Amino acid sequence: MSSLAQRLRGRSELGVCVFLAGLGALVLWDASQTSRNLVQRGPVGPTAIPIGIGIALIVLAVLLARDVLRGGHGESETGEDVDLSHPSDWRTVLLLIAAYLVNVALIERLGWPISGALLFWGAAYALGSRNFVRDPLIAFGLSFLSYVVFARQLGIGLPPGILEGII
Amino acid sequence: MDALSDLLNGFATALTPVNIAYACMGVILGTAIGVLPGIGPSMSVALLLPLTFGLDPTAAFILFAGIYYGSMYGGSTTSILLNTPGESSAVVTAIEGNLMAKGGRASQALATAAIGSFVAGLIGTALLVFTAPIIVEFAVNIGAADYFAIMVLAFVAVTSVLGSSRIRGFASLAIGLMIGLVGIDLQSGQQRLTFGIPQLADGIDVVVVAVALFAIGETLWVAAHLRRRPPDIIPTGRAWMSRQDLSRSWKPWLRGTGLGFPFGAIPAGGAEIPTFLSYVTEKRLTKHPEEFGRGAIEGVAGPEASNNASAAGSLVTMLALGLPTSATAAVMLAAFQGFGIQPGPLLLEREGDLVWALIASLFIGNTLLLVLNLPLAPLWAKLLKTPRPYLYAGILFFASLGAYAVNAQTIDLIILLVIGLLGFMMRRYGLPVVPAIIGVILGPRAELQLRRALQISNGELSGLVDSPLAIIIYVVILLVLLWPLVNRFVLRGRRRGPLEAAAVGARDTDGAPPPGAEDRPRVPADGPAEGPSPDERPPDRDRERP
Repeated sequence: MSSLAQRLRGRSELGVCVFLAGLGALVLWDASQTSRNLVQRGPVGPTAIPIGIGIALIVLAVLLARDVLRGGHGESETGEDVDLSHPSDWRTVLLLIAAYLVNVALIERLGWPISGALLFWGAAYALGSRNFVRDPLIAFGLSFLSYVVFARQLGIGLPPGILEGII
Repeated sequence: MDALSDLLNGFATALTPVNIAYACMGVILGTAIGVLPGIGPSMSVALLLPLTFGLDPTAAFILFAGIYYGSMYGGSTTSILLNTPGESSAVVTAIEGNLMAKGGRASQALATAAIGSFVAGLIGTALLVFTAPIIVEFAVNIGAADYFAIMVLAFVAVTSVLGSSRIRGFASLAIGLMIGLVGIDLQSGQQRLTFGIPQLADGIDVVVVAVALFAIGETLWVAAHLRRRPPDIIPTGRAWMSRQDLSRSWKPWLRGTGLGFPFGAIPAGGAEIPTFLSYVTEKRLTKHPEEFGRGAIEGVAGPEASNNASAAGSLVTMLALGLPTSATAAVMLAAFQGFGIQPGPLLLEREGDLVWALIASLFIGNTLLLVLNLPLAPLWAKLLKTPRPYLYAGILFFASLGAYAVNAQTIDLIILLVIGLLGFMMRRYGLPVVPAIIGVILGPRAELQLRRALQISNGELSGLVDSPLAIIIYVVILLVLLWPLVNRFVLRGRRRGPLEAAAVGARDTDGAPPPGAEDRPRVPADGPAEGPSPDERPPDRDRERP
């Protein structure tokens, strides 16, 4: 067992295999739920392709697992702003997702000018910006400006929310 | 010439003051967004797509043409001054371009890139004018089985060419195909993968998928590994070049264009291969071999022209066949569909005015780009100093805005986040993003063609290979797929520098996509962080071999 544990260490990539296999199973399950009795046009029904893709996902999961267990690993993406010498900074990622979800929750209640500003401010905060004058100024400036340009000038449906009639 | 008079009509549409203003706006916005580090042309195009939602199609595509060329040029500015190619196609420009900039020749590098892009864009767009109608004429006669074969070729080629591992490429493609399944199957009316959520019945919008994979995935990935020091940016003056630089540049421009255009037009993963080929060619032909590795102007001029020409080439396949061969073309195709315009060989006939106006505005955008960017280079360089928290907060902000604007429903924001997390995982584990995008866009159409073909043949699988064209395409696909075996037994053990390997790998197939993914250097989607040396070897080159 210890050799198995050893082989599994540092192989979080196997999680990707599980994920792919899970997707494959999901697609196959969904295909099995689709009724085939309805009028079908042509010899290929609505489930043929999903079944093919589901099987492909599972086969790829197995092939990838084989590759990983043999020592292969996918190279993480690099970039000028990316420093892979440190472990993943989960706090920043979670704060960023929190800021994102604030916008999701508030966009239809308070409207884009406010929720968008909170999104920007929150994201900038999550990424380490701590200027409590400049950050909100930029955030609200950007969201009001984007609302005016997109919703007013370009006719794109952004919700004005509680500021309806004011801006 | 028919094409010429159509083109003149296109110019008549595009040259109204309002439309020129849209073209200007597109070029400036495209360059400004493309210059921002970490944002490549496809992310720029996806992020700026919502701008066009409220416009009529003609204005929207004129704006789009400007954004397209602008963001490509912006990307090369970033590569040269910061060594941060926003997309793999700009990696090669970064090699010599950044070295030139470090050696105090940033202005010349930017000038040869700008003028080279202009020359390549001009020739490439002109070739587009004449080749697109010919391909359409050929394409209207090919059947569903042939279309299916071409799309399978696109899947296999894009997947084999990008990234370093085929398994991971195909995994990405399968994920994309799965996302493409979501929604009501148009032929049977059955819901697939909708899980009873009514908003999923129409499928997941391609714009949402593209923005999620590129913008959200990238932002989360950078957030997890943010470098906490300011990057080194090389200051620059106006872009200019001497007569000597010009005489060293013009041949590489033309050669780069010649390499880039055909590669862009075939489904082979966009500009990666031609830019590498152009680099290697210029290195061989140069009269100043000692400058390569220390900033040779030929090494910027050739690849940059090649990059732009391949962009023009990819428009041929996109406009004539409705087949995207690069991520940017895929996003543009999504924009077409967003306007209810069906891509394919009938596009030129049905929407001729629109397409010719788009092509005319490519010429206009290309010219505006040159006029604006030579003097504005120092201004663009300043954008590189944008504080990273604001930069990535801004990406998140505009990504949310764009995704919400597609259908004005909050659930799209949830889907955006979920697929964004998927993009994060793909970056973490080295799954290339582009095959997934191509899968989402082409998957449903490939299924349609397959079902049509089998309907015609009454369910006989032989109906898929009953035309010479389809057979030829399947042979090419087999060659692409079997290439690693040939490689393993014939070329095994020969250790080469990656650039040479790329050149050989690509040349051996004589114009077809070089399939030996393992044989090619890993081209990180965001480029090497430190100065890439041509001799840098990917450490796990043999990873898929037992």
